[in-house]
Amino acid sequence: MRRFALATLACFAFSAAAQAQTADRVTTFTLDNGLEAVVIEDNRAPVVVHMMWYKVGSADETSGKSGIAHFLEHLMFKGTETMEPGEFSRVVAANGGSDNAFTSYDYTAYFQRVASDRLELMMRMESDRMRNLVLDDEDMLTERDVVVEERAQRTDSNPGALFSEQRRAAQFLNHPYGRPIIGWRDEVAALTLQDALDFYALHYAPNNAVLVVAGDVDPDEVRALATQYYGPVPPSENLPPRARPAEPEHLSARHMEMVDDRVSNPYVIRTWLAPERDAGAQQDAAAYTLLAALLGGNSATSHMGNLLEQTEKSALYTEAFYSGMSLDDTTFGMLVVPVPGRTLEQAEADMERSLKTFIEAGIDSAKLERLKAQVRASEIYGQDSLQGRARSYGAALTSGLTVEDVQMWPTILEAVTEEQILAAAQSLLDLNTSVTGYLTNPSAEEATQ
Amino acid sequence: MMLRFALIIAVLVPFGARAAVEIQEVTSPGGITAWLVEEPSIPFVAMDIRFKGGSSLDPEGKRGATYMMMGLLEEGAGDRDARAFTEATEAVAANFGFDTFRDSVQIEAQFLTENREESLALLRDAIKFPRFDQDAIDRVQTQIVSIIEGNETDPNDIAGTTLAALSYPGHPYATAQEGTVESVNALTRADLIAAHEAVFARDRVYIGVTGDISAAELGPLLDTLLGDLPATGAPMPVEAELALEGGQTIVDYRSPQSVVLFGHAGVDRDDPDFFPAFVANHILGGGGFESRLMVNVRERRGLTYGISSFLASRDYGNQWLGQFSTSNENVGPAIDLIQSIWDDMAENGVTPEELDAAQTYLTGAYPLRFDGNGRIAGILAGMQAQGLGVDYIETRNDQVNAVTLEDIQRVAAEHLVVEDMHFVIVGQPQGFN
Repeated sequence: MRRFALATLACFAFSAAAQAQTADRVTTFTLDNGLEAVVIEDNRAPVVVHMMWYKVGSADETSGKSGIAHFLEHLMFKGTETMEPGEFSRVVAANGGSDNAFTSYDYTAYFQRVASDRLELMMRMESDRMRNLVLDDEDMLTERDVVVEERAQRTDSNPGALFSEQRRAAQFLNHPYGRPIIGWRDEVAALTLQDALDFYALHYAPNNAVLVVAGDVDPDEVRALATQYYGPVPPSENLPPRARPAEPEHLSARHMEMVDDRVSNPYVIRTWLAPERDAGAQQDAAAYTLLAALLGGNSATSHMGNLLEQTEKSALYTEAFYSGMSLDDTTFGMLVVPVPGRTLEQAEADMERSLKTFIEAGIDSAKLERLKAQVRASEIYGQDSLQGRARSYGAALTSGLTVEDVQMWPTILEAVTEEQILAAAQSLLDLNTSVTGYLTNPSAEEATQ
Repeated sequence: MMLRFALIIAVLVPFGARAAVEIQEVTSPGGITAWLVEEPSIPFVAMDIRFKGGSSLDPEGKRGATYMMMGLLEEGAGDRDARAFTEATEAVAANFGFDTFRDSVQIEAQFLTENREESLALLRDAIKFPRFDQDAIDRVQTQIVSIIEGNETDPNDIAGTTLAALSYPGHPYATAQEGTVESVNALTRADLIAAHEAVFARDRVYIGVTGDISAAELGPLLDTLLGDLPATGAPMPVEAELALEGGQTIVDYRSPQSVVLFGHAGVDRDDPDFFPAFVANHILGGGGFESRLMVNVRERRGLTYGISSFLASRDYGNQWLGQFSTSNENVGPAIDLIQSIWDDMAENGVTPEELDAAQTYLTGAYPLRFDGNGRIAGILAGMQAQGLGVDYIETRNDQVNAVTLEDIQRVAAEHLVVEDMHFVIVGQPQGFN
């Protein structure tokens, strides 16, 4: 049994880590106005995924305006000079397609999935709203209510999500990664129309965007269409550099506890600052990626799973997690959900002991070889998902990586040595950058006092 | 060994201008049927196997037996204990998924062409020879209890179980398929073996396969995989009588928001009015941002992040349901609005523009579903489990386009009944009674 209620909070999966990076049938071009484009050909079905990725996310917001990147994402579905509010999605649906958008720390992306002969229409509409968005106060106020409801649904109703927000704020002392993507509740509720328009004017331009088109298309046709529709959009002359406030040296481990009666399975979770994938330098990130899998990937075979779940039976669930796709420093994490009756202090000691024994035992070569076989397989399985392939390129190119970095990633994972993985594990013995969190409920809290 | 295939039917279904899905009906030498779409361009195969009956086959007092049995299939099988089984699976880089639903259990597999034999041998062990080792049982039992306890504090789960209990008292549909803490803790190894025998039988299996494999290669593999399963299993569940009445049930839950689940009786998948109901539901609350519920409750009023309605057409009982979350102070206004939307459609049906937009969307979106081996295999298995023919893909859009304004008016007037709506509200709704 591999499903667990908490497993979604941080999952390691090669399908996301090394998805379909074959150079096969992937082409790129850049328009004169700076728009970068990636075209992924796949002719199995008459479908195309059209995505516009902007190199702006919540970490590019100014202090006090948290949530504006995500709020603007919602407002992008209102009207333009030539289209009514809601017409964009209506037209996509009338063509049998679906559309949506998402915002992260480092990017905001809009996508449609339609029959491939409708690509031109998608480009016409997407290029229109790149510069011509029209907003009024009424649209803004209603949509702000929607976002506040979204926050209530995703975060405020969920103690795990609230705690994650608090832990992240403690993890990043200075960098805006410490702010939630959706924004702090009071700040989101106070965002204005002018905030949205200013953010839009500053960041939404072809020289700050990446176009990804995947599916049953011809690259030359895509280029011709892109030139026709996106080519005339003027670039922004005053794009701000993406230099976010950096983290100062971390000198103190942080420890926090949250008690909430809606928590059913108390757990301990620890995260550390860790390097992200950098253009041309992805080796460290590759080592942390494999470390997460060996230490706490699949519960049946990982070190933590074997020790705490199978052998000692002290944990209900364990996990180690890491995602290197990030513009600035990211985090590595470990999680232990103890069996009932075991305290979080004991679970924390179990977590520390499993890291120590992992380092002492050294890397199990057979296990590492199996892991690498899975990396190779994920390149094959990953080709099955058009949207997954499009997303992996879009996320990489808006997170400081290049097409070449994406395509080299499986090779770099393959080349990681046992020494590099052990060095990554040893770095976790320094707790100065770490945040350790206990999430518990009043009765478990009482029972342990 | 002689390879012989009793029956290979090929149906070509054209999509758009350039692509087509060719379904082959493959019958193994031993008589097991699967639907296959060959797709040799990527060297792997996706397989989707469903056994009808699902968790509704749990015997009285053994709630959770099927769910736990399915959770144990990959926790040791054949010669291998849990760890050895997973290591072997990792070594061939196969992916297996085992899922339990009210009407079926589902096994999904992905395996590389180069490791086909080894991968299927492992899958065969999991399906036919699970070990149910006591230490694996103990571990999974504890995990399931924690899942149940988690569900008991999750507002969405609370809403679902509350509505189910009100809807189908006395039937397996009334209770959560994970079971209760008491029922799960009482399950024994013998119960799991019994659940395994109840679920896995040849008279209820439906198989979809897509990827790098030919009909000639697939036939004998089906026999290896499932050939010596028993001919039949437990008797199928009985029809579930819907006891739900109009009204509301409030479950106190501390949160700034209430989760609301609502609905009444629905429409059977085999009902001649299913397609009109399906199109009507799309306009009501089924489709993205354009449905009446989304436009009115979200876009115009900002009362929710998302609201949808859906036809819960199950094998033994049907409902027409909807769900949303809203701030506690907005529960009253939101429910008033939903009731008026429901009433308006029952009274006036839909406009020609709405019907036209729905038909354009539904027929245009259908071919887009077939865009990956895993997705196609799932569609193939699902179609068979629903009793649809191989030609369904060809005729489905015609059935959508055949729905008229009058059909929708009739179906809406008959099935959308405001007085019958029951609202389950999990939260602390204010100024509302």
